[in-house]
Amino acid sequence: MSVTVETHAHDDHGHHHHKETFVTKYIFSQDHKMIAKQYLITGSIMGVIGILMSLIFRMQLAWPEKPNVIFEALLGKWAPGGVMDADIYLALVTIHGTIMVFFVLTAGLSGTFSNLLIPLQIGARDMASGFLNMVSYWLFFLSSVIMVLSLFVEAGPAAAGWTIYPPLSALPMAQGGSGAGMTLWLVSMAIFIASSLLGSLNYIVTVINLRTKGMSMTRLPLTIWAFFVTAIIGTVSFPVLLSAALLLIMDRSFGTSFFLSDIFIQGEVLHYQGGSPVLFEHLFWFLGHPEVYIVLLPALGITSEVIATNSRKPIFGYRAMVASILAIAFLSTIVWGHHMFVSGMNPFLGSVFTFTTLLIAIPSAVKAFNYITTLWKGNLQLNPAMLFSIGLVSTFITGGLTGIILGDSALDINVHDTYFVVAHFHLVMGISALYGMFAGIYHWFPKLFGRMLNKNLGYLHFWVTAISAYGVFFPMHFIGMAGLPRRYYTNTAFPLFDDLADVNVVITIFALIGGVFQLVFIYNFIHSIFYGKKPSQNPWRSNTLEWTTPVKHIHGNWPGEIPTVYRWSYDYSKPGHDEDFVPQNVPLKEGEEELQH
Amino acid sequence: MDTSIASTGTAEKTWGGGNEPFKASYGKLMMWFFIVSDALTFSGFLAAYGFSRFKFIDSWPIADEVFTHVPFLHGQELPMIYVAFMTFILIISSVTMVLAVDAGHNMNKSKVSIYLFLTIIFGAIFVGSQAWEWATFIKGDYGAVQTQGGNILQFGEYVEKDGEQVFKRVAIADFTQAGERVRVQDQRKTGIWYRSEGTLPNYTVDEVYSGLEANPNILVRTQIINEEGHKTILSREESLKAIKDNGKVVVEGANLRANEYGTALFADFFFFITGFHGFHVFSGVVFNIIIFFNVLIGTYERRGSYEMVEKVGLYWHFVDLVWVFVFTFFYLV
Repeated sequence: MSVTVETHAHDDHGHHHHKETFVTKYIFSQDHKMIAKQYLITGSIMGVIGILMSLIFRMQLAWPEKPNVIFEALLGKWAPGGVMDADIYLALVTIHGTIMVFFVLTAGLSGTFSNLLIPLQIGARDMASGFLNMVSYWLFFLSSVIMVLSLFVEAGPAAAGWTIYPPLSALPMAQGGSGAGMTLWLVSMAIFIASSLLGSLNYIVTVINLRTKGMSMTRLPLTIWAFFVTAIIGTVSFPVLLSAALLLIMDRSFGTSFFLSDIFIQGEVLHYQGGSPVLFEHLFWFLGHPEVYIVLLPALGITSEVIATNSRKPIFGYRAMVASILAIAFLSTIVWGHHMFVSGMNPFLGSVFTFTTLLIAIPSAVKAFNYITTLWKGNLQLNPAMLFSIGLVSTFITGGLTGIILGDSALDINVHDTYFVVAHFHLVMGISALYGMFAGIYHWFPKLFGRMLNKNLGYLHFWVTAISAYGVFFPMHFIGMAGLPRRYYTNTAFPLFDDLADVNVVITIFALIGGVFQLVFIYNFIHSIFYGKKPSQNPWRSNTLEWTTPVKHIHGNWPGEIPTVYRWSYDYSKPGHDEDFVPQNVPLKEGEEELQH
Repeated sequence: MDTSIASTGTAEKTWGGGNEPFKASYGKLMMWFFIVSDALTFSGFLAAYGFSRFKFIDSWPIADEVFTHVPFLHGQELPMIYVAFMTFILIISSVTMVLAVDAGHNMNKSKVSIYLFLTIIFGAIFVGSQAWEWATFIKGDYGAVQTQGGNILQFGEYVEKDGEQVFKRVAIADFTQAGERVRVQDQRKTGIWYRSEGTLPNYTVDEVYSGLEANPNILVRTQIINEEGHKTILSREESLKAIKDNGKVVVEGANLRANEYGTALFADFFFFITGFHGFHVFSGVVFNIIIFFNVLIGTYERRGSYEMVEKVGLYWHFVDLVWVFVFTFFYLV
């Protein structure tokens, strides 16, 4: 049983003191904690832009074709006399989707918390390659800048929907946004994919190679498992989007026909022969579906940690949780066809995709039940992070239930491309992942900025957000079932939908309230960075290693040796200990059994 | 220190934590995961190729008829010979790369540099050969007529060979006289201003038709593959009718819009996938050259490890492996 202790070569890393200038410390930093903050800030700014766009088009839907001073002020030439132009509506929907899915909930969420937590929770001095990590952030920054710049293109930004199906995306003359706007969209996403690849490679090898002594895979906190698997899904699915994007660029600029066939413009037949837009859909959704889990898994990982800590109980079914993460990752790559049930797919193939899709309900249910059983009879600490995590469990279940309907081809065909779909994915991945991100920020704010967020403002933020999120998305199920299609900038032309106009007004009012109350969070965030309460080293009395580092950030994370790990991270309320938590670096007492998990 | 002698309980297991549990450096692992990701990009392309080829299962060009050229052996039909040579060169370069990596393990600087140099040379030969292959493909050999619907009509005649009637292709240039013509610029007022104009073909369809009328032996072959696995050959009457009614433009060689061998997607995918692979080989050669100079100036000797050679080696083998798939899908099946 005796194990000699060696000093790892890597341990020496922390003892070098480089002379840091402003540029190396705050801008081209290679320190994972600073890079995490950079991701958080950039992601949040993109988030503000994305949410603002959604408020603009929600106002259009509630009061269609009415002059609106806000439109006139914000959209300029796209809202002559304050009446929104149909093209800009499509562009806003497109860029809202792109920004929220990729820039906020992929890069903002994974980028922030993978960077912050992977080295801290596995006991490493930094990421495997600090340099590539820095490059990854700056590529993300560049792609964000290009995406925002594309809003100011003369003919308008990309407007083909965030899924950029050809021919709208492939023919530069198809619509206003298909020209320079779509080009910039593709350039931005190509850079984004490179950034995501570098980030993911770093996360994967850091988790495999840089764990501290004793940190076996079965002792990893579930956050790390989630980030690890997310990074693997990213390395497997983003390159396929790259394939699709490169073929699309060839079609756009070099006259190939991969995705195009038999197109007439003004009676003149174009030369494109033999291609198929359905091919693009296949390639796109091979990324597109795993992307949902790239967005969701980190949020679930954060939730596991926050719920266990604040229930003062071990997470229920650790191994089942890990297995379900792995199962979700595997299944995510064989279900993409359920986005394409109405593309003329062979009904037999549709039923295969229905089957694989419904299988995902099993690991998802395992996770949901494990959260509930962890909460059961726990000593609940209902701080804002915990509330957001419980909120996540709630929206995950609500959105997941409609997923069963949409995963079934026979049912999906009836509600395809209606607001029912919008409601489903916003709840199950949009709001859930956003709640996960908020929970993470409330929980790790002391680690990020060395201050506490204001708790009461946090409560206000949560309750208003939670009520307005359901206020927005719950009614959407009904207008979706009534047949209201998505992506229409107005429905006034269809008498069939006149009865739904009031529902749209209600939704928009909830959206505006929810949107405005995010200002409370932004105020809390900025104010607390400078004037927040100073935290103790371990404010949530948590077990994971990041709370053994000093509050003030130092390069290399631990001033002395890296802690050694002796137990899993969920020893809460373990009998035989004075405190209701036992950090991972506390050795087992004589005769103490390591919990079977 | 009490804590430092207590057991962590997981010390012996590979996944048990501690630095480099797999005895592989992070750089090498990163290269492996990069390769996984790049492999998926290629899979995306090859899956798209399969998807599109399946759509044209009865009319896809037959590779044996397309890639028949070998440098310096002009006018001979030698299907697959040159690409087999290219493949062989690339596989040999993998062997020399393995030898370089092995020499690196033994810290044998001179051997590493020799084998790395050979790898670079073989890589360069491959890239050069691919450029030649592209040039030949772009130039084309017989020419064809494209129909309104985008199909390709080729020409040939039956000749006696070893007592059998064999269909032999005839180049358009051999039976058609080019006339003079004036180029008309597309303008906004003619309704076709939004697309750029390609180069004008050497012959018009009418000229081909007159040529065909004057040569009673020549028949038209369509791109539809019949039960015996050959392209369908039309009768004399059908041939004349096909050109007169459906002929739209004369196509010589291959480009991204049309090619004389068959469906446009064939050339699209050929150029794109071999181009993407060629770009990988080219980058590999550049990486190898950088590493080669680092070997020469003794960087890795001083570092005490030739791991960088191993990492570019991983990449190089991957690129070779991808070629095996590209070769199989474009040339063999």
